[in-house]
Order: sequence, then structure tokens, then C-alpha cells
Amino acid sequence: MIPAPFTYKRASSVDEAVDLAARSGEDAKFLAGGHSLLPLMKLRLAVPEVLIDIGRIGELSYVRDDGGQILVGALTSHDELARSSVLASELPLLAHAASQVGDPQVRHRGTIGGSLVHADPAADLPAVVLALDATLVARGPSGTREIAAGDFFQSLFETVLQPGELLTEIRIPKPPNRGWAFQKFTKRAIDWAIVGVAVQGGNVALVNMGQTPVRASGVEQALAGGAGPRDAAAHAAEQTSPPADINADSGYREHLARVLVGRALEEAATRA
Amino acid sequence: MKVIVTVNGSQIEAEVPDRTLLVHFLRDVANLTATNVGCDTTSCGACTVLLDGKSVKSCTVLAAQADGHEVTTVEGLADGSGAMHPVQRAFQAEHGLQCGFCTPGMVMATVSLLAENPAPTEEEVRSALEGNLCRCTGYHNIVRAVLAAAPAASERRSS
Repeated sequence: MIPAPFTYKRASSVDEAVDLAARSGEDAKFLAGGHSLLPLMKLRLAVPEVLIDIGRIGELSYVRDDGGQILVGALTSHDELARSSVLASELPLLAHAASQVGDPQVRHRGTIGGSLVHADPAADLPAVVLALDATLVARGPSGTREIAAGDFFQSLFETVLQPGELLTEIRIPKPPNRGWAFQKFTKRAIDWAIVGVAVQGGNVALVNMGQTPVRASGVEQALAGGAGPRDAAAHAAEQTSPPADINADSGYREHLARVLVGRALEEAATRA
Repeated sequence: MKVIVTVNGSQIEAEVPDRTLLVHFLRDVANLTATNVGCDTTSCGACTVLLDGKSVKSCTVLAAQADGHEVTTVEGLADGSGAMHPVQRAFQAEHGLQCGFCTPGMVMATVSLLAENPAPTEEEVRSALEGNLCRCTGYHNIVRAVLAAAPAASERRSS
């Protein structure tokens, strides 16, 4: 399989990328590591006329400690996240979850920004940034704006980003409660999660339990009310709308959510 | 577009369609056919090569993305005299292959692993090969080969 024909352009800076996008029409897409976009293009599920390769923009690959928050460049690869000493000490949830994405080859190419803008509810990192109360920074023709992770994901493969807007940075406040855990259930190691859960302190976000990553608000409320892990986890499937597919029906996902949230909360408690 | 990729130390320059995948550039332009196309969906790892020293699945990289970069395929592992790389020797010695289709990808994934982690545990080896499928299910000997290769590969890098 090869993708449908497109015109390849290359940007060497954020300014150039935004400028190229503005001049390339609505059927242009940014290409980072390509590990979400190229497979879709090979299946003709995405048929952009123009690809703007941002993969060489070195200024977008970094992890920095900015005092009260951690700044992550959108082009930082999963492998770099997993190996980051800053994340290991300040945001081990993100480092660990990144080490569980796909397989080593995928982690060498795939980027955090690419994963977030692709907005697959079965992907790991969207739920992780949701649990971490991250702010996403996007640059477009009319300037820069900040979007709370909770407002970013709109629907299946859909975010609030407008055509021509480029995700540049993820800002994550250092969590007050350091207990964290990440759990996912897959049939094969490299598969997307049938269900996953990211926990940071009292924040709990679910993978693949709806059209977007979702916060398990029932669990969070129970925890805030003093419930223990097992009692809180009983609320994991509330207000979710898990999909039914070849891997699992909705009821099975609801069960998995309760089991995984319980395990994750117990694991997080050991690190708090 | 014009693409220049350094493949196994030699510069390969060609005018290719923008949509050309790296694996097709390697097989059809550079005429290096050891890199196999397996699943073509970023799952099986048969097309694994090194891009600037790190393992990637070349069915999911554009030739344009490799433009100006260095690629190593399994053909590039033997040294100047033709002596096999320690990882290749270990796969042979430990019978780390059955039909052989996944082998170039397994070997390249192993070279990448040992560069990052020169002395992996068995568990780390299994985890590092998650992106490479062997449809003969010959995993036990593959893991054995990787563990056997680790000291020799390490010695070669430091010499």
C-alpha cells in the first residue's frame, strides 16, 4: 500500500510551517513522525493534497522544567519522553505511559504532539495529558492560543484545532499529589488499549471509554469524598459511552474500566 | 522530488514521487531487497531498518523524511571483509530463524536494542522485540540469539 498522491513540503521552523499551511489550502496536513497519519493515508482514510513535514523543526523537541510546570515540545518522540530525566523525577506518569506506546520502532518516530492532535480515544497519551490537567499551546495564522486538555478533544479523531493551526507545546503543572499509575489492557503488546487508565493524585482519566479520552468524574468525586480505591473504582464506568468492536463489547469495557481503575488507584496509593 | 539518502554508507540520489515509502526506496531504487514488506501496517516489523541508528519501520516512513539522513539495512551490517555482524552470527549459531522472512527486521531491531541497552535481560529482550512478529513463532531461539549476541556486539562497538 502506498498513499494517494500528495505534494510534499518541508518546514524548518514553526513560522514557516504555519505560513506554508496558510498558503496550502484546507486539504493540507502537518506531518510529524507520521505514525498516525501515514497508516491512515495508506488506507485512504486520509487523503491530504499537501503534506507539510514539520519533523525537522528542532525547536519543537524538548522537555524543560519551568519551575511550577513542565514544558514539552510537541515534536518530542515517545522514546525521548520515556528517557527524559526531567519527566522521570517530575512527571513519571508521562514518562511511563510513553514507554508503553506501541513498540520501540513506533516510539522512535511517533511524537506526543502527533498523538494528541490525532485524537484517537484508544491512544494512551491523550488520557495522560487529560489526567495531568495539561494546557496545549497552538500556533496559527492569527497567533498563539492556549487550550485546556479538557477542552481540546471534541470527538473521534477531532480536536478544537482549526485547519492551519499547529500544536507546539504541552504545559503540565507539577502535580501536587505525586501518586500516579498507568494501566492498560491489550491483547497483544503492540495493540491499542481495549481500556486504559491514567491516574495522577485524585485525577483519573480513561482510554477508549468514549469518543474522546474522558475523566472518570464519578471516581474522582468518590475519592474526594474519602472513598478507598476499590469503592471509588466501582464508579469507573459512570457517564462513559464505551465502544463495542471486534475486541470487546461495551459491557466488557465497563467491567475492565472498574477493574483497571481499582488496580491503578491501589498502585498510585503506594507512590503518593 | 529529489531525495538523497545515505544507505549503508553510500549516497543514493534519486528523483522519486513524493509519496514514495522508504521501504520501496530501499528495495526498488537502492536495489537492497533484504528489507521485507510484511504487514505494511506498522505492525510486523519485517521492514525494520535503522534511521540515524534507531530502529524504524520503513513502511511507515516517507523516503522524503529520510532525505539527508543515514539508513542502515541488514545488507550494511557485515564489515568490509564480508564478516557477518555479531548479531547475524548469533542468529545463525542459535538458530534464531525458521522461514527467515522476519529475520532482517529482527536483526535490525536487535542491533538498535543493543546500541541502547548493551546488556539486556531476557525480559528486556522480549519487550524490545514487541514490534517484530515471527509467524513461525520461533521466538525462543530469537531471544536466545539476542542474548548471545549482546557481549559480542558490545565488544565490536568499543573496538
